[in-house]
Amino acid sequence: MAHRILTKQQLSENVFTAEVEAPLIARARRPGQFVIVSVSDDYGERIPLTIAGADPEKGTIRLIWQRVGKTTAEMADIPAGGQLASVVGPLGKPTHIEKFGAVVCVGGGIGNAPLLPIVQALKEAGNTIISILGARTKDLLILEDEFGAFSDELVVVTDDGSYGRKALVTEPLEEVCQRSDKPDQAFVIGPAMMMKFCCDVTRRYTVPTQVSLNTIMVDGTGMCGGCRIEYDGQAKFVCVDGPEFDGHKVNFDLLMRRLAGYRSQERQAYENYRRHRCRIGLDPAMGEQ
Amino acid sequence: MDEKERQRLLDDLLARQAKGQLKAADRYAIGPQSMPEQDPKARRRNVSEVATGYTELQARLEAMRCLQCRNAPCVEGCPVRIRIRDFVTEIAAGRYREALAIIRENSLLPAICGRVCPQETQCQEKCTVGRRFKDSTQAVSIGRLERFVADMDYADEGMPNVAPETGMKVAVIGSGPGGIVAAADVRRQGHAVTIFEAFHKPGGVLVYGIPEFRLPKAIVRKELETLRRMGVEIVCNFIVGRTRTVAQLMHEDGYDAVYIGVGAGLPHFMGIEGESLVGVYSANEYLTRANLMKAYEFGAGADTPIAMSRRVAVVGGGNVAMDAARTAVRLGAEKVYLVYRRTEKEMPARVEEVHHAKQEGVEFLLLQSPRRIIGDDECYVRAIECLKFELGEPDDSGRRRPMPIEGSEFQIEVDTVIIAIGNGANPLIRQTTPGLEFNRWGNIVVDEKCRTSLEGVYAGGDIVLGAATVILAMGQGRVAAAAINEYLADKARKRL
Repeated sequence: MAHRILTKQQLSENVFTAEVEAPLIARARRPGQFVIVSVSDDYGERIPLTIAGADPEKGTIRLIWQRVGKTTAEMADIPAGGQLASVVGPLGKPTHIEKFGAVVCVGGGIGNAPLLPIVQALKEAGNTIISILGARTKDLLILEDEFGAFSDELVVVTDDGSYGRKALVTEPLEEVCQRSDKPDQAFVIGPAMMMKFCCDVTRRYTVPTQVSLNTIMVDGTGMCGGCRIEYDGQAKFVCVDGPEFDGHKVNFDLLMRRLAGYRSQERQAYENYRRHRCRIGLDPAMGEQ
Repeated sequence: MDEKERQRLLDDLLARQAKGQLKAADRYAIGPQSMPEQDPKARRRNVSEVATGYTELQARLEAMRCLQCRNAPCVEGCPVRIRIRDFVTEIAAGRYREALAIIRENSLLPAICGRVCPQETQCQEKCTVGRRFKDSTQAVSIGRLERFVADMDYADEGMPNVAPETGMKVAVIGSGPGGIVAAADVRRQGHAVTIFEAFHKPGGVLVYGIPEFRLPKAIVRKELETLRRMGVEIVCNFIVGRTRTVAQLMHEDGYDAVYIGVGAGLPHFMGIEGESLVGVYSANEYLTRANLMKAYEFGAGADTPIAMSRRVAVVGGGNVAMDAARTAVRLGAEKVYLVYRRTEKEMPARVEEVHHAKQEGVEFLLLQSPRRIIGDDECYVRAIECLKFELGEPDDSGRRRPMPIEGSEFQIEVDTVIIAIGNGANPLIRQTTPGLEFNRWGNIVVDEKCRTSLEGVYAGGDIVLGAATVILAMGQGRVAAAAINEYLADKARKRL
């Protein structure tokens, strides 16, 4: 069963979003869950992507991804009306939503995508939402308006100061934690490095912190264990035990090493793909290389 | 012996048999026919099947070794009670079609079972010929004979009759060997059957786990094609418990019965230091990357990478450990160690697999077990530290318990470690199916008809048995299918 891409948009230089036909997943999914996507049944790799939203009536889910390797580049090249070979899910445990009180939600880069449905659900559960969104530069910031709609307070920062405040997300996060009414709960989703530093901040202020991890996976159902992390000294599987964890117990350094485990092969696959596209005339920008 | 000599021997044996002069001693004297195999050096560099199969003359000579015992003890050793003596007799007489028909009475997947069944601990263990020589490797090679006829590939064969539609619907969860058999048997009664598979390709362990060199994927594809021709629908990328739950299938989607054959599917790790370092795999992950995802063709089409290992340690002594070690050899590792804490005698792997692994250069490190995995500054595996063991008193499994020798630590330099020490029960169905009873290991509790604690829900294979074999899963698939057919017939009667 192939999954049609109904609409597709480029959100920034390397970030894309698509509305994909997946009626059963659209009905079953809850905030925090993800899918595994493949562009070819025979040779494709399986990559996990968080579900950024869903329309159960229409039978579609929204995916947001960053072009970083072969498969994400190939996905970016599929036009609206085209198909993904497989979309399987919803996977992982849904986010635990309750009325915590004041919740600070920190999104970094592409992490805003999985964070949005969580913020939405937290808001519906009656929480006060302080959102902090960070991006390297203005063009890479996504979903600002959507977050605005569900947040009681919204802080935007960029690394280069091209938009919002010139800061890393940890700065406003620390300020929020220093308030007399410090947040009851934090949610942090973004690059592993950012989550690590955010957790260092919230640990100092003893603010419980959920992070959502995006590791390398194959099956996504607990069968391979490739996604395992060190959590409180023990091995946990992100696909079935997560993807959300108490960020204060995650060994982020090891996580980052494992994420980089195939870097040279991934680079090679991406390079080959770009060369191929160039040869068949689809990517003139690559002509000189 | 070449084909000419085989022909002469066979003619001679048949002539004497016709005159009623063929004695048991003559049959003993034939001697086991060895399986033609790819040269070990050549096969280290390809993924083609290692054992290439008997010639017709070899098959007939091997079949002539059968004494045709009146009590046929071999049948007792077969989990699905194939009439072994009878099909072997047909092969000896050159009636292969008849032989295959006999096997098909009890087994739907002879081409698969002929390859992956542990015959030496089942039918062949009971074989009188083997007993006579006090050596099960001297037994009649029943599995090879089964494979021989299954591979004959009769164009008109393989499509069982399907009864008229009953209007009942059955969901089969998992497309592994148990699911395939259950689906076929239920479909034959005219019930609509849908198989749900979590992966993007059906076949379960037959495609993600067992490597191409031991079980070519084309064989599995053919069996699945037969199912489709029978009218069985196969839905991939569908995870029961996530995409839909068992309750939703039954109460909203109109399935009258469900068979759960999801396999074990949660790899055990050892719980030692360094198991999350880069370069440590579960055998499931390593084999899935290599088989299902075709990582051996990375850069030549396939997108899924796998470690480019130079020195590999595989931990474990079962068939999966052998598969992983032999896969590592084929992926180009210079040195592959197999680390096992008991001796070769206690290894659960099939003798044939052990033999093939050794032939291909896998080095066995016995009575040793890793104590920790050591990484470099960048968290890549650099070495494993092992402890030596000796065998003590027999434990619950009847095997002598390995006891660590204190102070015997030593290191082996490796860049990849593959843990192949078995699987636990996947919790997905348990977490999402209230009312379904599980034992303390997380396996589904069933009765002798594979019925679970929920009406209309049946289960079999590894999710019930713990880690078992393809043939046992098939056996349970068959038992469950019979029970499902009975249940649905009963349900239909009540509706009238």
